[in-house]
Amino acid sequence: MDVIRLLDTNLLSVIMFTPLAGAILLMFIPGRLANAHRWIANLFGFAGFLVSLPLIGSFRLGTPGFQFREEYDWIPSIGAKYSLGIDGLSFVLVLLTTALGAIAILSSWNAIQTRVKEFYILLLLLQTGMLGVFMSLDFFLFYVFWEVMLVPMYFLIGVWGSDRRLYAAIKFFLYTLVGSVVMLLAILRIYFGYMSEHAGVYTFNIQALLESTKTFDPSLQQWLFWGLFFAFAIKVPMFPFHTWLPDAHTEAPTAGSVILAGVLLKMGTYGFLRFSVPMLPEATRHYAWLMMVVSVIAIIYGALVCMMQKDMKRLIAYSSVSHMGFCTLGIFALTPMGLEGSILQQLNHGISTGALFLIVGVLYERRHTRLISEFGGLSTPMPNYATIYLIITLSSLGMPLLNGFIGEFLILRGTFEVTGFSGGHPANGKYFAAWAVAGIVLGAAYLLWLYQRVMFGRITNPANEKLPDLNVREFACLVPLVLAALWIGIYPAPVLQYLEEPANAIVQRVNPEYFSARAARVPAAGIVPALPDSGAGEHSDLPPAAPAR
Amino acid sequence: MDSRYFLEHIGWIPLFPLASAALMLLFGRRLPKAAVSVACVGSVFVSFLYATGAVIQLSARPAEDRVFQKILFEWIPAIPYHGAGFGLSQFSADWGMLLDPLSSVMILVVTGVGFLIHLYSVGYMAHEGGYYRFFGYLNLFMFSMLTLVLGNNLLLLFVGWEGVGLCSYLLIGFFFLKKSASDAGKKAFVVNRVGDAGFLLGIFLASTVLGTIRFTDHGLEGVSKFAGMIDVLRSGAFHSGEAVLTAMAILFFIGATGKSAQIPLYTWLPDAMEGPTPVSALIHAATMVTAGVYMVTRMNALYQLAPDAMLTVAVIGGLTAFYAATMGLVQNDIKRVLAYSTISQLGYMFLALGVGAFTAGIFHLMTHAFFKALLFLGSGSVIHALSGEQDMQKMGALWSKIPTTARTFLVASLAIAGIPPLAGFFSKDEILWRTFTREESSIYKVLYVVALVTAGMTAFYIFRLVFLTFFGKSRVEHDVEHHIHESTHWMCLPLRILAVLSIVGGMIGISHFSLFEFWLEPVVAPVHAAAGAAEVGWTMGEAGMMLISVFVAVGGIWLAYYIYLEREGLADQLAARWKGLYELVFHKYYMDEVYDSLFVNRTVDLATALGDFDRGVVDGLGVDGSASATRMTSRLSMWWDRWIVDGLVNLSGTIVRFASYPVRVLQTGLVQSYALVILFGILLLLVVYLGVPAVGYLRALLHWA
Repeated sequence: MDVIRLLDTNLLSVIMFTPLAGAILLMFIPGRLANAHRWIANLFGFAGFLVSLPLIGSFRLGTPGFQFREEYDWIPSIGAKYSLGIDGLSFVLVLLTTALGAIAILSSWNAIQTRVKEFYILLLLLQTGMLGVFMSLDFFLFYVFWEVMLVPMYFLIGVWGSDRRLYAAIKFFLYTLVGSVVMLLAILRIYFGYMSEHAGVYTFNIQALLESTKTFDPSLQQWLFWGLFFAFAIKVPMFPFHTWLPDAHTEAPTAGSVILAGVLLKMGTYGFLRFSVPMLPEATRHYAWLMMVVSVIAIIYGALVCMMQKDMKRLIAYSSVSHMGFCTLGIFALTPMGLEGSILQQLNHGISTGALFLIVGVLYERRHTRLISEFGGLSTPMPNYATIYLIITLSSLGMPLLNGFIGEFLILRGTFEVTGFSGGHPANGKYFAAWAVAGIVLGAAYLLWLYQRVMFGRITNPANEKLPDLNVREFACLVPLVLAALWIGIYPAPVLQYLEEPANAIVQRVNPEYFSARAARVPAAGIVPALPDSGAGEHSDLPPAAPAR
Repeated sequence: MDSRYFLEHIGWIPLFPLASAALMLLFGRRLPKAAVSVACVGSVFVSFLYATGAVIQLSARPAEDRVFQKILFEWIPAIPYHGAGFGLSQFSADWGMLLDPLSSVMILVVTGVGFLIHLYSVGYMAHEGGYYRFFGYLNLFMFSMLTLVLGNNLLLLFVGWEGVGLCSYLLIGFFFLKKSASDAGKKAFVVNRVGDAGFLLGIFLASTVLGTIRFTDHGLEGVSKFAGMIDVLRSGAFHSGEAVLTAMAILFFIGATGKSAQIPLYTWLPDAMEGPTPVSALIHAATMVTAGVYMVTRMNALYQLAPDAMLTVAVIGGLTAFYAATMGLVQNDIKRVLAYSTISQLGYMFLALGVGAFTAGIFHLMTHAFFKALLFLGSGSVIHALSGEQDMQKMGALWSKIPTTARTFLVASLAIAGIPPLAGFFSKDEILWRTFTREESSIYKVLYVVALVTAGMTAFYIFRLVFLTFFGKSRVEHDVEHHIHESTHWMCLPLRILAVLSIVGGMIGISHFSLFEFWLEPVVAPVHAAAGAAEVGWTMGEAGMMLISVFVAVGGIWLAYYIYLEREGLADQLAARWKGLYELVFHKYYMDEVYDSLFVNRTVDLATALGDFDRGVVDGLGVDGSASATRMTSRLSMWWDRWIVDGLVNLSGTIVRFASYPVRVLQTGLVQSYALVILFGILLLLVVYLGVPAVGYLRALLHWA
């Protein structure tokens, strides 16, 4: 089979296994050739990004269901298959993963000096694991990737981390593991539920299970909701399951933090969007208000806790808690705008927070400390750094014309419209939006304060006097993220068009009356209500006999 | 050039400054100063030309047709949502430009005054570091401000709104080596964000209730039904006084109090004077801070339907005007006097809007832009002449030393004091008159008195400033005195132009003969006949009012003259006599301290407490707690395992061990002891087997014997 055809028929597999191929190659190169490892890892990281680009051209917008399907038997005795496919939601996250992965690999060139070989192997393995999570259409396969990805991350933190790395690594590992074990139970219950309903036909196919779980009785749905909830909530992380995050972030090497914040956290929100919400519509409606409450708490709580942090990385970690609160708020608003905003904000968070960790990494590489009090006045020796850092700060605090604003606006606007009547859950979105807006105010406060303490004023610490400005490699890492932030802020339509179909489909599943409810009072000026034209809700083709492509 | 060229290219007006801003911020460091100046001032000038062209082409149209809209691209594509009361709809936001009489006034003021201030800055900033950065930010500001006033929907207005806030932050903190400067920038940004939160909620509410965020569909080609926000509000679909409209109007006004420094969110503006003086002139006097006034006027159809909100606006405006003026009376920093003056004048504008005199509010906005920009630039010129001195107690007798500055400054002072026929007189008088003639409530009469007293205080504090700075004895420090010099020609030119504008700018708005009112009429037309105050003709009453205003203004000036020139030292005596009051006002009513202790420090406390909570309870008790609980359980089970489960096994072993003890003692495994035992055994056997017969044998032997 020649390469072109492989790209045509098995594009997702190619994307997923490119990093793995790199990792395998690295295994055969002697560890003392550190630079060879660096070059090859970067090559494969970049190649992984390049092979994901054809997705943009061939993705058929507005098509319901999954595309680029691949399906092969894997463990026939239990019905598990190697089944891949993406929709608009996973499309966005896959591209984010490949792009951030390449950047994270590039950013480690100087930062990693010990066990270079093992570092890159693990980083590349991690990349494959994450891509697998976003591409799997088989619940079993999903679970395998979900777990597989833990291991490299554990070692990345535990081996290349800073002082308390072992504590952080074990905490991360155990915490996540606890969640996933509970999830496994839920998955098995769903699996057996399907089996008993379909007279012994067993499958882990997500679309098939989706149709089955919808009819589960409410109390079972609620149990299953909680079963899935812990795994995803810990990953996001939602309040109060967030405390592994500051430790893991702070101790991880820069590349680890970038991947952790940029991609790993999205696996939680992805889980909600792919499984919890569409599979268990009844339970989702039932608990949406609670999820919204927890999200708003995370937004405000995270922002407030940011203010008293002394360590830059910890501060940014807590800001992630706050920002991911927006993402979960948008999900459980269960409105198309909230969902689109939420998915966009996941992308935005990957860009902005990923960049923030790179920015801290730049300082850490130069000074080997992350304490805010060690810095101050860095604008003078590092003007380019100051500019990029400022743009990213602004993007993170939701300045219009940068990416964060669009996401936050859509989430809040989507939350605002939630009423007791739409969606059938008792939440009044206006209050949630009003509280969440407070998070935006606080966001400006802690981010600008951080910026001021690090960048403004006179240099008080002589160690900072001659810090070199950004080098070419650091520019290469940061500039793409800055450009992406500007692009999404100024012209988000190209991204949003991918999100329209999945968002509407989810609302259609969870809240079907949303699209059918009609007006009480129509303003005289005549606003014409229009139905979304995409085929929302046709997510339901039963397990297809053959790969769609 | 056809009659639509400038209209069709309206999108370029903000782009010129944006392009040069991008150039400065990316490559400015490598450009020579001359190139920076030409690019940045030139781009604003071109913007001004395009704005003028567009306004001329718009004014050539018949009055009812003076709305031009151009949608550049779709910014946020349509997303379905549920509106309150009309079911499913689509939300979308365009990147579109709207030119109507209101935005015409705004773009002319912004680009015109903006250009003059840019010109002035070339000289003012010539010797400062970061020249390119300054102009880059300033151009970025122009882009944001023009987006704000030209945006055809609320969200785009908000983009500009946040953009000007950002530039304000950057420019206040321009001298970032000074902590006070970066503190002031941060304060401005965060306080504004509080207002913005309200504004944002207002946008949400408006879009769910009105079904769109576009202001109007007038001027759009191919639109048959008008369904913009203002079109909906004017269509009669809503009744006056509906709670949802009042809420919306109040939320927007919260946004306005932030940006336009009204009670309770005014505290950032005096601190903003940390920025370079041209910034104070452009952003914190002439343009950005008037954004709130513009926004409320833009939404006037809404406010007309929300009488309670209108009253709130009027009361807040009147109170702010008065309150800020009192603080202006006693400040010694020349720029801070002007800052309080700005807050106070903005209060006048909101008073105007609140009483329904939208035209008067915008009129005052325009004249204020002229004379307040002039005052700030003049004060900058003074500060420049005195090598950076801002304390009026170290000024005096500068009238002949910096003549152009002094004379233009005097013109601006007369204008703000309300001396006819200068610009400020007409606009302020219009506001007073419209306040007085509102009949609905006696509150308006009170507001009139408040505004009148404020007018007197305005005249007083501005002439206090004039007398302390330009007249009397010189209190300039000795080594500064030698360097006193008039500003360069290029800095004086804007002063002269603004002085001319301050003189004639009011003429176009003279009540009842007003071109200005006629021009803005379509934008601020009453929503329903009852809402607009019945137009009263020119009466003796109004003439009498004018006389009273003039009298009050002259009185204020005389009082300043009497206290600060005629009877020197009187001011200190007065301050000493009413020490408590003086201290209170001088320390800005301790409002910064009150806000700090009420909000800022409490937030920090809360943050600290939550941080401890997070470390101690959520992480400590929750996570580490369950970890140590797990470890304790495992230790317990280890103990159980060791002592109970294994213990039983061991016990049985022990029993066997004890039972086997005797056996074990013998069973030593040592060959020697075994040999010994064997030896003894043998001996025993020998004794038994041999001994017994032997004894018997002996006994028999003895017996025989």
